[in-house]
Amino acid sequence: MIPGNETLIEFKNVNKWYGNFHALKDINLRVHQGERVIICGPSGSGKSTLIRCVNALESFQEGELIVNGHALAENLKAIQAIRKDVGMVFQQFNLFPHLTVLENLTLAPQKTQGLTQAQAQDTAFKELKRVHISEQAHKYPSQLSGGQQQRVAIARALCMKPKIMLFDEPTSALDPEMVQEVLDVMIDLASEGMTMLCVTHEMGFARSVASRVILMDQGQMIEEAAPETFFNSPQQERTKAFLSALHRP
Amino acid sequence: MTSQARNQDTAALDSQGANTQVYSWVAARPAPKRIEKANTLLVKFWKFITTHPLDALLSVGVALLALQFLMLALNWGVIHAVFQIDEAACQNARGEGACWGVIGEKFRLILWGRFPFEEQWRSATACVLTLTMLALSVNKIVWTPSNRPFTLGAWCFSVVGFHTLMSGSLFGLSFLQIWPHVDTELWGGLPLTLILSLGSIALATPMGILLALGRTSEMPIIRSICVLYIELVRGVPLISVLFMASFMFPLLLPSLQTPDVLIRVLLGITLFSAAYTAEVVRGGLQAVDQGQQEASQSLNLGYWQTQRYVILPQALTHIIPGMVNNFIAIFKDTSLVTIVSLYELTGSLGLALNGDANWRAYKLEGYLFIAAIYFFFCFTLSQISQNLENRLTKR
Repeated sequence: MIPGNETLIEFKNVNKWYGNFHALKDINLRVHQGERVIICGPSGSGKSTLIRCVNALESFQEGELIVNGHALAENLKAIQAIRKDVGMVFQQFNLFPHLTVLENLTLAPQKTQGLTQAQAQDTAFKELKRVHISEQAHKYPSQLSGGQQQRVAIARALCMKPKIMLFDEPTSALDPEMVQEVLDVMIDLASEGMTMLCVTHEMGFARSVASRVILMDQGQMIEEAAPETFFNSPQQERTKAFLSALHRP
Repeated sequence: MTSQARNQDTAALDSQGANTQVYSWVAARPAPKRIEKANTLLVKFWKFITTHPLDALLSVGVALLALQFLMLALNWGVIHAVFQIDEAACQNARGEGACWGVIGEKFRLILWGRFPFEEQWRSATACVLTLTMLALSVNKIVWTPSNRPFTLGAWCFSVVGFHTLMSGSLFGLSFLQIWPHVDTELWGGLPLTLILSLGSIALATPMGILLALGRTSEMPIIRSICVLYIELVRGVPLISVLFMASFMFPLLLPSLQTPDVLIRVLLGITLFSAAYTAEVVRGGLQAVDQGQQEASQSLNLGYWQTQRYVILPQALTHIIPGMVNNFIAIFKDTSLVTIVSLYELTGSLGLALNGDANWRAYKLEGYLFIAAIYFFFCFTLSQISQNLENRLTKR
């Protein structure tokens, strides 16, 4: 699918500090509709902070961030308007352990979009089928494997019909053999044209689905390039060092 | 291993192709068996004595002491005890046997306090009503979403029913009088204990939850108010709260009509225990992972929705033991209202025995009687909490 022209996420000179620590430095980034932007970088480089700003889980002190036409401000209305269109998947899944899989999926659509239980369950089963897990609908999260839990988390976010999906290291807490089942779901999602902003260390995944790959270090965007350029002929020394560290056995 | 050798190894593996069996099947080791020795109890006992002589000696000593105590209790409580309501027989048995007759003589005063004698069936009915509702509410069937409204409705009805039975008129209105009016000052014994403890538990729990949410909130003013309230109330003994509720409050509001002493005391206990409840709930809130909050936010759930559907259900499950601790403490703390002239179970026992020179000597028996009542309620409560805990934590 060809990325549309509509800009869904736009960072303009965004700066963020935690106390004295400068977490994000002059971030400028545009994500168009249908684009898959992968962010990588060493830990503590600000990549999670960056994507958590998009749905206002983190605030920032300077600059401007426009998501789906709404300028993000400390204003509850704007934040809710943005969160309505932005789904998020977390490293630790963050499923609600006291609810069944189905209840996890139907809670928010019922409470925030006014869907009836039947409508919400209808959507939920469609999304569960998409992540190949509909037979687990009545189990509790603790009865599922890590990979299954993360797929439920993806389905839960999709039930809200988001325009943008944020992934914050979705496979980092998984056993190696479960990584692929989650990546497969994400690849499916990408092929359906979902706009994705994804923090990951899965370079194979980045190579195959990314529209652009970004390297972050110390709160700065070091390099931003199409995957072929990024992996085969990176421009920055920092990127070269990062990639060679990844390839070291 | 040199890198060259490693490359050769890899090449060799590659050349075998993907279908080659690399792993061979290894038989599983049989599970270890526990060796059961066919020891009789006697053999075990003998072995214990020979290997741990000092322990054995201590055990025998403790067993003898326990036996001695048991015999004393049996002698006093059963063998030499007087069971019939016979004052002279009790007098004869004094010092040797218990006088259970005192309970037969005084149980109506102990259980129903100063409530008018002819109307005491109303106290009894009110208690049966409350206990029936409690017993029904333990069933999880009544709390399914479809049954919940009926259960809550039934509770509202029984609260109104309780009040009607005790006061004699519907909603306390004189023109809706059904039975002779009984002033709340005359309510006493078990119904008073029940209404004070259940009422303050029912009111203090939601208040405690709100205080805990306030204390963990990000809004500085609300947080400070909650912290101030909790710390202030926890720093004051319940007795002084009760004194304030019953004596100071009417002085502070002389012009207005002050609410009934029962209501004031009930509110006093509620405000007091809410502070304790709040801290227990706060512990539960802190035990819920931060990610739960973030997930709810990312799903666009608002603050109250997040608390109601995501955070509190988990937090409250964590704190069942602490909450029940609190409930039991409230239940027993209601005995303090005696000092403001409300005669609940403990108070009415004093009332029943102090005024009667013939039976005054048998307070111990009376206290054992109400101790049994307290124990019944507290033990039931802890059993219910354990069932609840098992049910909620088995996921």
